Amino acid sequence: MGLTRDEVEKVSLLARLQFTPAELERLTEQLGQIVDYVQLLAELDTTHVEPMAHPVDIANVFRPDEVRPSLPRDEVLANAPHHDQECYLVPAVLGD
Amino acid sequence: MSETSYDIVIGLEIHVQLLTASKLFCGCSTKFGAPPNTQTCPVCTGMPGSLPVMNRRAFELGLRTALALNCQIAPFTKWDRKNYYYPDLPKGYQISQFDLPFSSEGWLEISDPKGKIEPRRIGIIRAHLEEDAGKSMHDEAAGQADSRIDLNRTGTPLLEIVSKPDMRSPAEAKAFLTELKLLLTYLEVSDCNMQEGSLRVDANVNLHIPTPDGKIATPIVEIKNMNSFRAVERALTYEAARQYEVWQETGQKIGDIPKQTRGWDDVANITRGQRHKEESSDYRYFPDPDLVPVTVTEATVADARAALGELPAALRTRLEATFGLTPYDSDVIVNQGKRGVEYFLELATHSGDGKLASNWFQQDVLRTLTEQKIEIDQFGLRPERLAGLLQKVRGKEIDTSRAREVFAAMATSQKSAAEVMAELGIVQVDESQLVELCRELLAANPKIVADIKEGRGKAAGALIGQAKKKNPNVNPGRLMEICLELAQGM
Repeated sequence: MGLTRDEVEKVSLLARLQFTPAELERLTEQLGQIVDYVQLLAELDTTHVEPMAHPVDIANVFRPDEVRPSLPRDEVLANAPHHDQECYLVPAVLGD
Repeated sequence: MSETSYDIVIGLEIHVQLLTASKLFCGCSTKFGAPPNTQTCPVCTGMPGSLPVMNRRAFELGLRTALALNCQIAPFTKWDRKNYYYPDLPKGYQISQFDLPFSSEGWLEISDPKGKIEPRRIGIIRAHLEEDAGKSMHDEAAGQADSRIDLNRTGTPLLEIVSKPDMRSPAEAKAFLTELKLLLTYLEVSDCNMQEGSLRVDANVNLHIPTPDGKIATPIVEIKNMNSFRAVERALTYEAARQYEVWQETGQKIGDIPKQTRGWDDVANITRGQRHKEESSDYRYFPDPDLVPVTVTEATVADARAALGELPAALRTRLEATFGLTPYDSDVIVNQGKRGVEYFLELATHSGDGKLASNWFQQDVLRTLTEQKIEIDQFGLRPERLAGLLQKVRGKEIDTSRAREVFAAMATSQKSAAEVMAELGIVQVDESQLVELCRELLAANPKIVADIKEGRGKAAGALIGQAKKKNPNVNPGRLMEICLELAQGM
């Protein structure tokens, strides 16, 4: 089974990761092995097993609609590589 | 090219911000207009280790809306991660609902009080809950190199409503949106403020064109950036014409090219192609392990349904049936919102004349509200007091133009109709007095008498002004009747 290089390239684009051809080669191999390993699960017959939405068998966990204090802005922005004291600064987002 | 040479097929996607105090998964405020990045926390900025917890109120508001849209409510629903990278989405995924939305398969009936479109049901594919993204700002004019990101809006609860492609004209799309907004307002689930982004509309549109080889469909285009219902109507009109032209030139059919996204330019009045997100459909949804599913019992649905209250469509029907109003009148009144309808109902009940109440409500009350820029709750002339004036109009104790003077005085005081009438010296003119006045007027205007006798009854209208000068209390209608009768016998 494994993965093709095209598939790994597509996933890396979706993940916004850039690789050299050599890295792509290695990742295709390594990720392919992981996929093959997980593929072992396919040996089980799950015809009559209901899909599981959550591993813990609980539902309906809510909180009341109450406002709680937010973080101070300077502390929030301190995590960002670039900011202008008000907003995060990121490379230009054009269109849309 | 005739206008009927193709069908326009329109489906809408509406994002509605729900009226909660706090965000969908954390306690940060949802208040609009706060300074940038002052309403965020580890949950909505996607810090590792933080955990979302669902806002009960948001779920309840979503449920209420779905029921009002006649949707089926799923007994079991869950949340999924929609993965994509964008600077305004700090987690790298949006929490949304994919294969098990909490509601689906509903409808909303649209009608047109002016009768221009046929009343019919527009299908709703689904309504689901999701979180909003942040806001990115880019000032190209200022030559800014970077985009600025404000995450205050991140995690705000949204209800996404997806219609079926059931609309066949831009006017129908606008009618659908207008009715939806009115419904949301009655349900008190959203403030629907388009300027503040509480209600956002995207439209999917294509054409079905009959050809000698059968009907063909043009490629579907999604239109974004429409900031008013009027803009939606105009964008759709433009886009239909554009697609027809492109089809004539290229013959491109659905499936020939990938789905296109175009943005509406409200100034240039055109749609423009937007840059392609090459892999935009690859969101790799999977269940969010941080959130547990929600189950909804039949009892919960029944309770929510019972609490819906009377909705616009039912109210229009009631106003028409109870007071004999036209669809146009009932629509104007229902569009004033719940408080407006309450005002009208009290006015109609206390005055005992629904049609008269409807006229006064629409013309005088609404005009005054517009002039004074106030809401109906702030209007000092309450319906019981105004009903006293309407009763006098109804009993012909006062004519409409004098009643308007009384209305104006009542609106700026707490006096009753009778008190104001006494102050203004408005008394009902005795019939014999009126006959006497008519005789005088006719005697002084032989030309008018001659005109009336020759069948030009309208000429008597000239006497009203003269009569009003002599006695401002005369009822013009009765005056005319008497004058015509007397003139014939002269």
